[in-house]
Amino acid sequence: MKLVVVSAGLSVPSSTRLLADRLAAEVDRKAAVDIQIVELRELAVEIAHHLTNGFPGRKLADALDAVTGADGLIVVTPVFSASYSGLFKSFFDVLEKDALAGKPVLVAATGGSARHSLVLEHAMRPLFAYLRAVVVPTAVYAASEDWGAEGLAARVERAAGELAVLMSGLSAQRPPVPKPLAGGFEVVPFEQRLNALRG
Amino acid sequence: MQFGIFSVGDVTPDPTTGRTPTERERIKAMVAIALKAEEVGLDVFATGEHHNPPFVPSSPTTMLGYIAARTEKLVLSTSTTLITTNDPVKIAEDFAMLQHLADGRVDLMMGRGNTGPVYPWFGQDIREGINLAVENYALLRRLWREDVVTWEGKFRTPLQGFTSTPRPLDDVPPFVWHGSIRSPEIAEQAAYYGDGFFHNNIFWPADHTRRMVELYRSRYAHYGHGTAEQAIVGLGGHVFMRKNSQDAVREFRPYFNDAPVYGHGPSLEDFTDQTPLTVGSPQQVVEKTLAFREYAGDYQRQLFLIDHAGLPLKTVLEQLDMLGEDVVPVLRAEFAKGRAAEVPDAPTHASLLAAAQGVSKEETAV
Repeated sequence: MKLVVVSAGLSVPSSTRLLADRLAAEVDRKAAVDIQIVELRELAVEIAHHLTNGFPGRKLADALDAVTGADGLIVVTPVFSASYSGLFKSFFDVLEKDALAGKPVLVAATGGSARHSLVLEHAMRPLFAYLRAVVVPTAVYAASEDWGAEGLAARVERAAGELAVLMSGLSAQRPPVPKPLAGGFEVVPFEQRLNALRG
Repeated sequence: MQFGIFSVGDVTPDPTTGRTPTERERIKAMVAIALKAEEVGLDVFATGEHHNPPFVPSSPTTMLGYIAARTEKLVLSTSTTLITTNDPVKIAEDFAMLQHLADGRVDLMMGRGNTGPVYPWFGQDIREGINLAVENYALLRRLWREDVVTWEGKFRTPLQGFTSTPRPLDDVPPFVWHGSIRSPEIAEQAAYYGDGFFHNNIFWPADHTRRMVELYRSRYAHYGHGTAEQAIVGLGGHVFMRKNSQDAVREFRPYFNDAPVYGHGPSLEDFTDQTPLTVGSPQQVVEKTLAFREYAGDYQRQLFLIDHAGLPLKTVLEQLDMLGEDVVPVLRAEFAKGRAAEVPDAPTHASLLAAAQGVSKEETAV
């Protein structure tokens, strides 16, 4: 199974990436996964150009393909101005609209204090519900103080376990992908489209 | 193979002077550009259709009729005709009229239009875009091919015993291209009818174009119109030239940086690397255009965009001189090399008439 981790941390090293890595390692312990990391920081300029031009640059295209083809996702953002960061949102704005449908997603966020922890429930979860992803029940928030306190490890383990179970279950039940036509497209035969209008 | 130009018809301030042409100046400039296209030996002029500022060409057949009267050989076309928001009855009438006036030097390209508000302004819904294109075009075909049409559909009032006049010249409807950047449904539609498929090509990485053309070609063969290699493909191109490529880059950069659509985005260097845009010498334009064949196969029509982003008319006419002298003659010769014998030319009124007469003779013989 393919697990893709999307991290929107901006500093190097970043606590957002640190949380992402903790979550990914825990999933890796519970299920057989190939892990690919997508660092949005490295794609920031290409994401902005995609918004203005309508097509992705090469690195961004690879990242979008990876996310679309994943069996499960871990997505982690720093909290900016009471929500996910603009860079994080912009990445999911340029993803094809059905790319996450039915896909298990673990949402997580980092912040300077615990006061922002409901960003996960009030911003992250609705975003991924809109994208028709299957969001795991446990969302993980790490404030600065959590890195020196008890509790984070248990939440990481519970969330990772939920993602691993969902990924295994859903990827086993995924229907076979129909063979696409030339150019990689699936097409409704024209007669069918014409007849639907006549009906 | 046909070579020509296609114009969006934007009224854009010249970023180097800050001056915005009047609508009258822009309309007259489009006409001057079309006349020059014929003078320098190009084959096709196509105009866009828009119903919102900053664009002028809301009435393509009026403009094309005027150009027809002042040209001899130029094929007059569109890029695109809005099959979604125009009444197909009016398209049938307007373009049949233009066929008669232009002695058959007419074809047209169907497009859906991507400006949201235009749909409600014309009483339609953008969410029905594909269905509008499918139903309206099916009706348009009947109006051109059947003298009396009784019809009922989802999007327009029914027709009882309606005859679209004038009838197409020699009873041969104009050839139709379907333009789409990323809707496989439209490539499928073009293939189903054996019509042409035009990919805008410009502003996008080549891979999009390759995939759409590949789909169209395979479905064209699937529907039995010929082999995939015989499908009728057109592509856009986007160029700015000077004899010395450094001069081209220096002169075009302010227009590029401020241009509608792609301005204020990627650098000119990134955009020329990632899309079909060529800013350089005529030789560079030749090389890049010849490479289109590598991903689209042998194709029938190449249209260049040369008059957007506020470029002055004088500059555009110089571009046409270079296209006519240094680019198109070389492309004609080079594209002819290695072209399979069974790959057809783009259909014209003459070829469609000959084909129709061939068919009716066969029928008589039986």
